[in-house]
Amino acid sequence: MSRYVLYDIFRSKVIIAYTLFLFIISMSLFRMEENSGKAMLSLLNIVLIVVPLISMVFSTIHYYNSYEFIELMLSQPMSRTRIILSEYAGVAISLIVGYLVGVGIPLLVFSPDATGYAMIGTGCFLTLIFTSIAFWASVKSRDKARGIGFALLLWFYFALIYDGLILLILFTFSDYPLEKLTLLLSALNPIDLGRIFIMLKMDVSALMGYTGALYEDFFGSFRGMIFTMGVMFVWIAVPLFGAVRSFKKKDL
Amino acid sequence: MIRIEHLNKRFKKLQALNDVTATFEKGHVISLIGPNGSGKTTLIKSILGTVKPNSGKIFVDGEQINGDPSYRRNIGYMPQIGRYPDNMKIGHLFSMMKDIRNENEEKLDTDLIVKFNLISLFDKPMRTLSGGTRQKVSAAFAFYFDPQILILDEPTAGLDPLSSEVLKDKILAEKKKDKLVLITSHVLSDLDELATDVMYMQEGKMEFFKPIETIRKETGEMKLGKAIARMMKSRQLGSLWIDEANKIERR
Repeated sequence: MSRYVLYDIFRSKVIIAYTLFLFIISMSLFRMEENSGKAMLSLLNIVLIVVPLISMVFSTIHYYNSYEFIELMLSQPMSRTRIILSEYAGVAISLIVGYLVGVGIPLLVFSPDATGYAMIGTGCFLTLIFTSIAFWASVKSRDKARGIGFALLLWFYFALIYDGLILLILFTFSDYPLEKLTLLLSALNPIDLGRIFIMLKMDVSALMGYTGALYEDFFGSFRGMIFTMGVMFVWIAVPLFGAVRSFKKKDL
Repeated sequence: MIRIEHLNKRFKKLQALNDVTATFEKGHVISLIGPNGSGKTTLIKSILGTVKPNSGKIFVDGEQINGDPSYRRNIGYMPQIGRYPDNMKIGHLFSMMKDIRNENEEKLDTDLIVKFNLISLFDKPMRTLSGGTRQKVSAAFAFYFDPQILILDEPTAGLDPLSSEVLKDKILAEKKKDKLVLITSHVLSDLDELATDVMYMQEGKMEFFKPIETIRKETGEMKLGKAIARMMKSRQLGSLWIDEANKIERR
């Protein structure tokens, strides 16, 4: 079934526009900046904002638009788990393909090094994570407006509010050693985790002082990489599991 | 073929189904009627498993429904509103379902696809179709796998008179093949020719469930609409809805 969902989404104008947008942005950044490091930094900031946002909004809208279709599929001899996972796979795969074409190809052309690969990987993970969160939010709320609103709120939280909260904590408790705590807190936000993971590959960690050194020490190691991957997987699995569970109990 | 025992469903404040018990046998065309919000669609959805009842049991072919989706192999369902993915083509919809069900090519019932002339539209994306055409797709699709049980929710709403006749003939033909057909409709004159039994629901309760012949005999009316109006009056039920329905038909 996900094959047909994919077929449908690939023809939707939104995905094509998303791919084109990412492609134009990354091409022009690499073209304009002499120094590819600077271009990478700008691209990083755009990717970390745009990818979660589009993943969330597109997934929620897609879910609500497919509502009647999902209902029809439920009248077929198919289990609910299979239906919701096919929908998830369809949306996630098409967004990832959009990302790979839009950002992945320019990265492979202009910056085929560890940083580039890290950015490609992080973008794919972020897509999977935020699609999964969006599915959970939309399965939970019956009303379309509320579902989209909730998804946007979550995006705001992860992209903007969370960093503010961390800063607040750091300033308030600046007399105490907080390095370990910030490490933990960053794991609680996939966007931050992705940012740190890529920044450390860029050799700009020296700018971040002692904390940067600690991060470098941790995330630079093999252990840190496993940790990052593990946390990302948890971020995909937990909301997806929640979505499947509430979808199974739901009245459609 | 379908047995329902003490089914209850509550949506927050609304009691959508209130202790419904009924048995539907094969070879019958059962028409579910009642005012809007009386629980017809909820009952249908409970049978399909899309709505999970609070209590009560449903048996299809002697097997209780309990989350295993395989019983739905025997059911063809035509929804009230058919909406499909915008960019999917009609042909894809049918091939997708064939893939999912893994059915033999010769077992498929393409009767309605031919009669509604849908093959010529197989390459059209769903978003370009009119409401009526989508309704035809839904209908053709319900009959496609030659199921033993057909559940049709407002099948003739939105169809042009000619197509609606085609569909009615199809329903009658399936009835002759000893299948069970469940129909909800507000167009009572359609049901006149089709139904063998009438189940009347109001506020989630099953008010009565009788063969159409019995209803005609009891009331002395040949027309289903009038017969039901008379029954309602003798039972002093809120008969407003049925008066309205008759008025519309008289026009």
